[in-house]
Amino acid sequence: MKIMNMVGAINDALDIKLNEDKNVVVFGEDVGVEGGVFRVTEGLQKKYGVDRVFDSPLAESGIVGTAIGMAIAGLRPVVEMQFCGFIYPAMNQIISHATRMRNRTRGQLETPMVIRLPYGGGINALEHHSESMEAMFGHIPGLKVVSPSTPHDAKGMLIAAIESNDTILYMEPKRIYRAIKQEVKTGKFTIELGKANVVTPGNDITVVTFGAMVREVQKAMVMAKEMGISVELIDLRSIYPIDRETIRNSIKKTGRILTVTEGPMSFGLGAEISQIAIEEAFLYLEAPPARVSGYDVIVPLPKGEHHYMQDAYKILYEIERNVKY
Amino acid sequence: MFTEYNPINKLMFQVMDNHGKIINDKLMPEVSDQRVVKAYKDMLFARTADLQIVNYQRQGRIFTYPPNYGQEAISGATASIIEEKDWLVPAFREMGAMLSKGVTLKELFLLFMGYEEGNAYKNAKKVLPISVPIASQLLHAAGIGYEIKYNKKKELVYAFVGDGGTSEGDFHEAINFAGVWKVPVIFIIQNNQYGISTPVSMQTASESLAIKALAYGVKGIQVDGNDYFAMLKVLQESKKACENGEGPILIEAVTYRKGAHTTSDDPTKYRTKEEEESWHKKDPLDRLNKYLQDKGLWSDKEEEKIIEQFKKEVDRQFIEAENFPEYKPEEIFKYMYSETPQELKDQEHKLMEFYRWKSEKIAQTSKK
Repeated sequence: MKIMNMVGAINDALDIKLNEDKNVVVFGEDVGVEGGVFRVTEGLQKKYGVDRVFDSPLAESGIVGTAIGMAIAGLRPVVEMQFCGFIYPAMNQIISHATRMRNRTRGQLETPMVIRLPYGGGINALEHHSESMEAMFGHIPGLKVVSPSTPHDAKGMLIAAIESNDTILYMEPKRIYRAIKQEVKTGKFTIELGKANVVTPGNDITVVTFGAMVREVQKAMVMAKEMGISVELIDLRSIYPIDRETIRNSIKKTGRILTVTEGPMSFGLGAEISQIAIEEAFLYLEAPPARVSGYDVIVPLPKGEHHYMQDAYKILYEIERNVKY
Repeated sequence: MFTEYNPINKLMFQVMDNHGKIINDKLMPEVSDQRVVKAYKDMLFARTADLQIVNYQRQGRIFTYPPNYGQEAISGATASIIEEKDWLVPAFREMGAMLSKGVTLKELFLLFMGYEEGNAYKNAKKVLPISVPIASQLLHAAGIGYEIKYNKKKELVYAFVGDGGTSEGDFHEAINFAGVWKVPVIFIIQNNQYGISTPVSMQTASESLAIKALAYGVKGIQVDGNDYFAMLKVLQESKKACENGEGPILIEAVTYRKGAHTTSDDPTKYRTKEEEESWHKKDPLDRLNKYLQDKGLWSDKEEEKIIEQFKKEVDRQFIEAENFPEYKPEEIFKYMYSETPQELKDQEHKLMEFYRWKSEKIAQTSKK
């Protein structure tokens, strides 16, 4: 065991896979000498050399497109998009190729690769640095979308992602990169992708979330407890595929469900989970499935961001409404 | 000029040496002494502001900020030539050019303090807002150029990008579109040697950035971007060419980012002291200062005095920005559509309801 924050845990996962599998290469903007703008890849170039950990030209489409070629040819690239808002030039490569190659060739070609994507708000950043577009990515057939909420999960999920034969979008909640420290197992371990984690069992309402919002829900749970409300907290870990079974079992117990996300509301994860709740546990529902999300607006610049973001109070507000329904 | 300095000849256009001496009088741009002094003052203002902003940032009074430090001559020369009728399409390190178009320092402060109002220029026309997604703005410049040509206007577009930006697909598409359409756009690459930590040598295998012009069939030139006169001369010639229908032009202005990429960056991780010092000798303000002092147009005393004035002015505008009204919740919904759809009005209503509930809740809790 070793005390780590999420940055350290991701670095550790990359280190383990670079060490173990010489097909793993890590590249992107400023990930080499500088070790990434968030220092996630710090020290890796020194340890594994410039052929395996390197700075690319500044071009997101180029990064993902070349990674696809590498993956087809047998490497296992792990690439970094510097911020969620900068991934859009690469969308063509993701949607048109990375997620289609296997289906297109009836399984002849594969693109096993990981796209690391720091995302989310709450860091007082400039425009394009605060987005949380998990729903858009989840809507792309062929893409797996995952996001850890703790250093432990970050490590186990990233190792699993690198070992997967699929293209995985690994969304890193940068707001909690250094906010949580915990004991993380040393050496290699994996966490199965596609399975949710029941963080805290409870009886009155199920709250489903992922990434940085897990902490916000936990804050709301403290206040809810004072009001006598027992919350079952589910960390999805995987946005696609989504773990229906865990959601179903939880609703059967609580009869109520609330989804908390940072992204815009319409066509978001809340809507998807609400539909799953209806399909899987309609007769158990005691209130309409609810959601706390962003609004259908551009994430405001820092001075207005709090109006957009979800905090413990916004979550508690919906918990209370739902329980009183 | 464009024939002699065709990028294939590997020449960098220079007028003034590192000591402020004019290398060749024949290359001097047409510019009055008075205008040069003004340009120098403007560059000095930008530098004073920059250094002060970095301090504000350290005091936690402003968020991340990308300094212009060391690159002032490029904006300074642009400011000396751009007219009210012309368009400015900035990247994010063109403070001097933006101020010359009527953008205020207060507005720039507002942006980096986290208000969208920092992009809502009250007195500046034909300036696009700072563009964060690298190189994406260059296509807009080509589109504006199309409108100018379409309506047979006598206008120009000055569009900026950094060296890192030349790797993005949008850069190549923009130069290509502008070349096909033969539109009056002057693309200026501020080659400050680094895209955050990545040196130019890792962005391209080309011998220069200017040489990329040849592939698109447009005129290109490499210029010493720390030489105000060279920069101005190249812009004057580019303007003439565009007016004769020979646009677009691709200028590579060679400079050095003396500061960090942004206040979140630490350049000591990827640059050596020796390299930094070698560029300090080519500082654009020092060179122009020496030129002006040699001609008796400027003195240390004047400089000292004016820096004090500038500091006060920067502070005044900063404090004005700090006193900007509180960001109201309705403002996040207001500008999304020409007419706000009912869906968004409902979301706004829900946010207001939440705020009412929250204040009651907090009041209840504090009573307990």
